[in-house]
Parts: sequence; C-alpha cells; structure tokens
Amino acid sequence: MPDPQDRQPFDLTRRQVLEAGTIVSLTGTMLPAAALAQPAGPRPSPENGMTVPLSFHLSFRVNGRPTALDVDARTSLLDLLRERLGLVGAKKGCDHGQCGACTVHLDGRRVASCLTMAAKANGRDVTTIEGIAGANGLHPMQQAFIDHDALQCGYCTPGQIMAAIACVKEGHASTPEQIKEYMSGNICRCGAYVGIVAAIEQAAPRIERS
Amino acid sequence: MKPLSYVQVRTAREAIEAFVAAGESARYIAGGTNLYDLMKLGIEKPAHLIDIADLDGANRIDTDGDRLFFGGAALMADVAEHPVVRDDYPVLAESLSKAASQQLRNMATVGGNLLQRTRCPYFRNGANGAYPCNKREPGSGCAAIGGMDRSQAVLGASAACNAVSPGDWPVALMAMDAAIELQGLDGPRVIPIAELYRPPSRTPHLEFTIGREEIVTGISVPKTAAGRTSTYLKVRDRESYAFALVSAAVALEMDGDRVRQAHVALGGVATVPWRARPAEALLRGETLDRERALEAARAAFAEARAGRHNAFKIELGARTLADAIINAGSKSR
Repeated sequence: MPDPQDRQPFDLTRRQVLEAGTIVSLTGTMLPAAALAQPAGPRPSPENGMTVPLSFHLSFRVNGRPTALDVDARTSLLDLLRERLGLVGAKKGCDHGQCGACTVHLDGRRVASCLTMAAKANGRDVTTIEGIAGANGLHPMQQAFIDHDALQCGYCTPGQIMAAIACVKEGHASTPEQIKEYMSGNICRCGAYVGIVAAIEQAAPRIERS
Repeated sequence: MKPLSYVQVRTAREAIEAFVAAGESARYIAGGTNLYDLMKLGIEKPAHLIDIADLDGANRIDTDGDRLFFGGAALMADVAEHPVVRDDYPVLAESLSKAASQQLRNMATVGGNLLQRTRCPYFRNGANGAYPCNKREPGSGCAAIGGMDRSQAVLGASAACNAVSPGDWPVALMAMDAAIELQGLDGPRVIPIAELYRPPSRTPHLEFTIGREEIVTGISVPKTAAGRTSTYLKVRDRESYAFALVSAAVALEMDGDRVRQAHVALGGVATVPWRARPAEALLRGETLDRERALEAARAAFAEARAGRHNAFKIELGARTLADAIINAGSKSR
C-alpha cells in the first residue's frame, strides 16, 4: 500500500491538518486519556494481587503492512485506526454498531470496527478504504460509486464501499432486493440508496467472489 | 469505560481458570457486539475480559450425526449460510439472517447470542441515574412500566420488569428443542434451552440460570423432518436490520395434510424466548387453514397483558403467528 503521506498534494494537506489536530487534542484537553493510552506496564489488580496487563501488545497487518504497537485494552479497532494510525477513512457515526460508517474488513470479512476491540485484530489482516485502490487506480467499487453519484455528503461512503465489496464477494449481490437486504447495515442519511444499489450492480461483475 | 485487562485463551479450562482468578469483575467476551456496546453505555463494567472467541474448535459446525451441532463461537453468518441449515432448517437460518447486519453477524457468535441482553430503552439509555431499572440496578424500580412502553413485553412481564428478550436465534432454538452445552468448574453439562432463561419475577437482573463462570461451548438441535416444514417470520418497524416487534418460529411435523405436532415459539413480545404451548395444542391433528391458524395464534396470546402503548403487539402477534403457521404448512406440499 502507498503511504498516505505519498498521495496527491491536496490529500496530503488535508491529512496533515487532521493529524496536527489529533496531536493538539492529545497534548491538550485529552492528556489524561492519552496518558492512559500509553503502553502501561503490568499493574497489580486491587482485588487479588494478581498482576494483569492493562495494555495489550497488538501485532497485525493493516492494508498489508505489518504493524505492532501497545494499545489500551479498551481501544476499539476504529479508534486505533483513526487516532493512532492516521487512517481516518473509516468513520465514527454512531459508535454502537448501528450505522455501518466504520465498516472495515477483518481477514477479508466485513465488520463494524467500532464494536471490534482492537486487541481482537491480533495476528489478523485489516483492510480499510485506504487499502483497496490498486496500482492502476481506483477499485471498481470506488469508480462505480463515482459513476452513479452514490453519495451526497460522503460521510458514510467509506463504510458503504467496504460493505459493498464484501457484499459482492459473499455472493449477496445477485439482485437489487438481495443487495438492499445485505447492505441494510449501512445507513445513508442523505438517502443515496438508489445510486448505491446501482453502483453495486455495476461493480459486481468486475469483482471476484471469494 | 474503566481500565481493564484483556487476555485471549485457547481452551475452556484456561478460560475458566482465568475467570476464577480474576474474581467478581471478570467477564467472558466472544464477538463483543453486545458486551462491548454495553461497556460503552456504562452498563457493563468489567475489569477483566477473557476472550473466548478463539477457543480451539469452538467454531465447529457439524451436521453429520443425529443432531446438528454448532460450536459456541461459531459465527452467526457462518451458521446462517451453512447449506444444511439453510436447506433443511429454514427456521434456524432465517432467524440468524434476519438478525442484526452482515457486519455484526460476521462478529457475533451463536453462543454469545443466547446471552444477549435486552434492548429496553430504559435499560440501555438510563445509566448514571437517568432512569431506574431493576435489571441495571436491582431494586431501583422500572421506568418502562407505565412509561414509553411501545417496545415492551406483553407476555411474561412481572411487576418489576417488562423488558423484551431481544434475540431471534434463541426463539428458533426454543421451537426446535435445542440443547445447550456448557462447561464450568465442575466439568461439562447439557441443559434444554428452555432452562437457560429466567422469568423476571422479582429479580429481573438474574436473566440466565447458568453460573457466571460457565461457558456456552455448543448448541445442539435434534434432526427432524419438521426442520424443512419450518419458518421464522419477523415483523419490524423497518424491513431489515431492526429488532422484532413480533416474531414467530414455527416447525410442523406433518402427516399428509394434518399437523401431527407443531413447535411454536415467539419473540419480540415476551420477557424470555416464549414457547407457545396453547397454540401447539390447538394445531395438533388439524388440517391447516387460515381460520384454524388464527385461532391457534390467538390462543398463544390469551394470557397477554398490554401496557399503555404496546397493545398493538397482541393483534400483530396473533396475525404474524398465523401467517407463520400457514407459511410453514405450505412447505409440506
């Protein structure tokens, strides 16, 4: 995967702004939380004196790149991707698994990253919207979303596209009715559903079933 | 959310040892779609999580013997799409594929789903003193009784709680007489699914009969020809991805065009997955038509009691069950 920093100047500027914002918030108002999120050594449990780690050493692959870091055990995969790894494509909509904006692939299957504890990604492969474009350009599903205007504000779009790719690979995109049923975990508040179904129908024949 | 420790274990024995060592504030976590969500809401407050999603062999699905077997950590999506389940036990497959979204079905386990906690809005949204709830804080009272109770139960409620048992899969398993395999401190044991759930009575915070340290290692379902003559009908506020207002699991053992034995359970309307014995009794020996189906379905709701805003569930429930009975019967032809 190309480094996000190596993309077009426009993209770079936007990401720099976002990342700078993250650093400011971490060093400012979020300091206590940030301190907790740092790699914590074993701490004694007050209950029984047993030594338990409050952080978890996580080793996994993100968009094909091996990644290892200590995470506060409470961290969601979504927060890890966004706040620690700078992969802000997956969005936080509801943070309760109800909207689908955070959809990523875990070992090739779509999951809600907001309800996936980061530690559960240990030893596994995570693919985000940042990891699907090929050397020759956009993924067919990305192109289909553009071709069909399958978005308005775009906030749900990374989750829609990740869900849509999985929907096709699962074999759940053979009719518009089936697409609607198997895409029901992704809410679009702008109501771009007609375009989304059309985009999936267009891209489906170009994506291999798994 | 409080700081917590997290360990991944590979065997049930390791899990139980870790649980006992960690003490009162330990919880098992599998898919996490319910527990982690409730942790974010400040309702579940574990200090130690023991991850049992990757226990060796716990995602096994075996349809070869005289029972279907689903390992406790088998994913909802995998069981829903297993060819034998899909073709020969539609009530099971449909109860899973109509639950949650594909994202969540790829995470949630069929064992964990049995222990899903209620979606009662006062239970979920009332932490930190906003609303009393006898499930969250025993003895604090119930804001749902006499409150905004459109979603609440019409069957099985007590003076302390009318929260609905939220699952679909447990309702289908109830109709199919499933058995739950458990592993605890004293070794393995098996219970009928009907014995897993406690009615709310005066202690609605005690929802399950199993020990806190016990693990659901598997679910088994007797193989029966009634599997093919079965259906799961779920009525929701929207067509997909919502909890049931009413759901009906029906499996029929047929003798020609007569019902030899009906297996009927209801979801969305009761405080536990609800076996509808009165409906089963009225269907026995009958040939199916719309009138008989509706009569049996109404019998299932004879004991129903409505609150302020949920009386519609009684009529909707009877009609939904009647439709499910007719749908299931039509598969025998």
